[in-house]
Amino acid sequence: MNDQDHYKTAVFKTPFHSRTAARCQTNEWHRWKDYTVADRYFDTELEYFAIRNSAAVFDLTPMTKHRITGPDALPFLDRLLTRDLTKLRPGRVAYCVWCDDAGQVIDDGTVFHLQENVYRLCSQERQLDWLHASALGFDVEIYEETHDVAGLALQGPTSCAVLKRLGLEDIELLKPFDLAHFPFEGGELMVSRTGFTGDLGYELWIDPTRAEALWDSLFEAGRLHGITPMGTHALDMARIEAGFIQCGVDFLPAHQTVRPGRSRSPYELGLGWLVNLQKPNFTGRRALLRERERGARFRLVRLNIEGNKPANDAFIYNWRRKAIGTVTSAMWSPTCKANIALASVEMPYGKPGDRLWAEIYYNRELKWTRAWARASVVKGTFFNPPRRNATPALDF
Amino acid sequence: MTSPKHVLIVGGGHNGLVCAAYLAKGGHKVTVLEAADQVGGAAVTSELGEGFAVPACAHLLYQLDPKLMRDLQLEKHGLALAAADLDTVVLSQSARPLKIAGSVVVGGDVTDADKAALPEFDRQMSEFAQVLWGFLAKKPPRLANSSWSDKLTLLEWGLSVRRMGRDSMREFLRVVGMNMYDMLEERFESNLLKGAKALDAVLGTHLGPRSPNSVLTYLYRHAVRSGGRHGAVGVPKGGMGSVGTALAKSAESFGASIRTGALVRRILLTDAGVSGVELDGGEVIPAEIVVSNADPKTTFLELVGAANLEVEFVRRIDNIRMRGNAAKLNLTLDGLPSFQGLERHDLAGRLLIAPSVPYVERAFDHAKYGEYSEAPAMEIVLPSMHDATLAPSGKHVLSAIVQYAPYRLKEGWDEGRAPFTTRVIDTLANFAPDIEDRIVATQMLTPADIEREFRITGGHWHHGELALDQFLMLRPVPGAAQYAAPVNRLYLCGAGSHPGGGIMGVAGRLAAAEVLAGRT
Repeated sequence: MNDQDHYKTAVFKTPFHSRTAARCQTNEWHRWKDYTVADRYFDTELEYFAIRNSAAVFDLTPMTKHRITGPDALPFLDRLLTRDLTKLRPGRVAYCVWCDDAGQVIDDGTVFHLQENVYRLCSQERQLDWLHASALGFDVEIYEETHDVAGLALQGPTSCAVLKRLGLEDIELLKPFDLAHFPFEGGELMVSRTGFTGDLGYELWIDPTRAEALWDSLFEAGRLHGITPMGTHALDMARIEAGFIQCGVDFLPAHQTVRPGRSRSPYELGLGWLVNLQKPNFTGRRALLRERERGARFRLVRLNIEGNKPANDAFIYNWRRKAIGTVTSAMWSPTCKANIALASVEMPYGKPGDRLWAEIYYNRELKWTRAWARASVVKGTFFNPPRRNATPALDF
Repeated sequence: MTSPKHVLIVGGGHNGLVCAAYLAKGGHKVTVLEAADQVGGAAVTSELGEGFAVPACAHLLYQLDPKLMRDLQLEKHGLALAAADLDTVVLSQSARPLKIAGSVVVGGDVTDADKAALPEFDRQMSEFAQVLWGFLAKKPPRLANSSWSDKLTLLEWGLSVRRMGRDSMREFLRVVGMNMYDMLEERFESNLLKGAKALDAVLGTHLGPRSPNSVLTYLYRHAVRSGGRHGAVGVPKGGMGSVGTALAKSAESFGASIRTGALVRRILLTDAGVSGVELDGGEVIPAEIVVSNADPKTTFLELVGAANLEVEFVRRIDNIRMRGNAAKLNLTLDGLPSFQGLERHDLAGRLLIAPSVPYVERAFDHAKYGEYSEAPAMEIVLPSMHDATLAPSGKHVLSAIVQYAPYRLKEGWDEGRAPFTTRVIDTLANFAPDIEDRIVATQMLTPADIEREFRITGGHWHHGELALDQFLMLRPVPGAAQYAAPVNRLYLCGAGSHPGGGIMGVAGRLAAAEVLAGRT
């Protein structure tokens, strides 16, 4: 990346591009962190059903990845992240968020404990500046390895069977948030039982030079297991069903907000379980302690809405009188057979079981219409099948 | 105050002692921990050879807060001036020296127009300095989530500017962010006079006369009114060290105890805030409140530790601009040197080598590139002219502040110190040809030496550049501008906090008021 002509390449192609391009029948692409990725390959619904019924492959190479090494790697991460990192053993992965001094979420991501004093932090946004600022006073090295690690998500009920067929021994014993290494084509393949679909699934990490070989072997192994590629749209459906929030959609990174009240604390995103106030220090702790005393301003709710009109961008009301928030993600869930949404509402509204109203705007042949629909606050996620966490992984 | 608490003051500089005295007076149990074997910080007198005593760092007194002098009864505890209002003499190689006494200027290249303009200039600067003092002598208010007293301060500040009247207010607001060069060009003709004013504006800073906000630093230097005049320059009896000694006596009279030779290594923390300090050597001293007189970088990055603070705060602290650019020269002399065109009694004044504004600006140019000045500007005093106890009979000590000597010298100060010292003495010899023959001993303190000896990061007098972006509620950084640190029961009282440094003591006084208010 250091060559002087780097500016001539505005958007990169992932190491899987020769394969994804061959399968992308729709030719629908978008730019994700300066990489070209497919919106959809042939049909969003069919790709989505592959996630829920067989296996689907998603190219997640553009995910920002940082390698964090050095004697202070653990204390560094423990001060960066709101979670207690001392409990994360080597070979484990954890979902995490990190905050600024005001306790507002900068980003969410996953942290991989690869080996003693070696971690990988995956994030949605570019974080190198923040990580370097956080490194002052710590003996750590931070290296952005986004371009050096190719990644595929393999998600769906048959994903374990596909990997077994690929020859990954004892892969079914991998617990959720475990990671393991396997030999592959003279190199090493790292597999973590992680994903963004709320289903049984894995993420595969490999040196870019072996990326195409991995794709080919995977599709060969999955031929009889209904493997298909999936684009971003299908993944988005799966993650809303799973109740996962997305940075930039359901909340804005604190560093990108300008107006007061537009950023969110972890508590306001339903991520209080990621915050450990018992830790003596982490960035945001003082502000979050104050928030615990004074109360949060917002609440993230999962809504089950009457009718079948997706409630994208809908206003949420308390008894039709007071607008108390807006929907951030919404869809008709084919698996739950329900009209679901994620929304941010003002406190104290939105307790589990509360009945709210959604004011939905929809368009039929260029005619905009407004509909009112009852919305009830759901406790837990919309879709959480036993196979997601079952270990050994179920064989489908 | 609710109940007496154990308070530790890290560092026995003048601000630490002021804070200790006020806190002890307020009923707390106070211990000052000073690393050196005498208190006073940069206001100390030290021996330089048998029978000679030199002002190790600061050498003149012009900003000491009159309120704390009264409150802490410093005169009763031995602080007296040997000279209260020094005249200024601007040395020249080409013309007769220029002499400034109050607003009266004679000699040199001064014109009748300048003579007429100076009293009005001084009057106006005093008026502005008086307004500035109103800003300096108060705790800087918070702008967001401000308390009633914060709002009141803002109101007072606003009114103090408004009350100047339309023309003065307009002029004040016009010049306060401006550079000294432009302001002087508007008003004076004499190069020597302008050079002197320009040097006064930039002494101890990393600014040239053409740098923005050098008018502010000029006003800052003249903020305190003493002996009926703003910015009058005095020499304490017994040397600068007597400031520290008087403060220490005052603090002890109120019940504070002082430990010298006690170097603090760490400020100890628990979940709930500070719990004490650990000394070099491992001794742990518990305390309920810790007040740090150390500069903000030392306090937070070394004593507390970045790992124990949050990221944005650490980044702000790390970014404080505090690289010193002034060196200190101390000479012991076996007799008075003869300065060209000066009588013996003139040597009791403050001698400046600043023959023109471009001379000072050119001296600064080098510093921008990590070089010391080819032709340095200097403020020279001979304290022994006022106080015979500082040198054996017939002998003298000379103290000079030398601009510019950048903290980060290209070749490093180990290599640069000797040639720089030669350059400085050669410069002096341009005006006092026999000086080299008079020198008994030479001491040169570069910013690197000041950093080491006085434990000030960057060797910067003011514990942080005095600039508008590091002033008022931005000093030392947002989040610690009201003396309380973002660590429970840890406070700052040094010059890194508002209103900054020089031997002023206001930061120590205001910090003590915050501790006594006991909000944490």
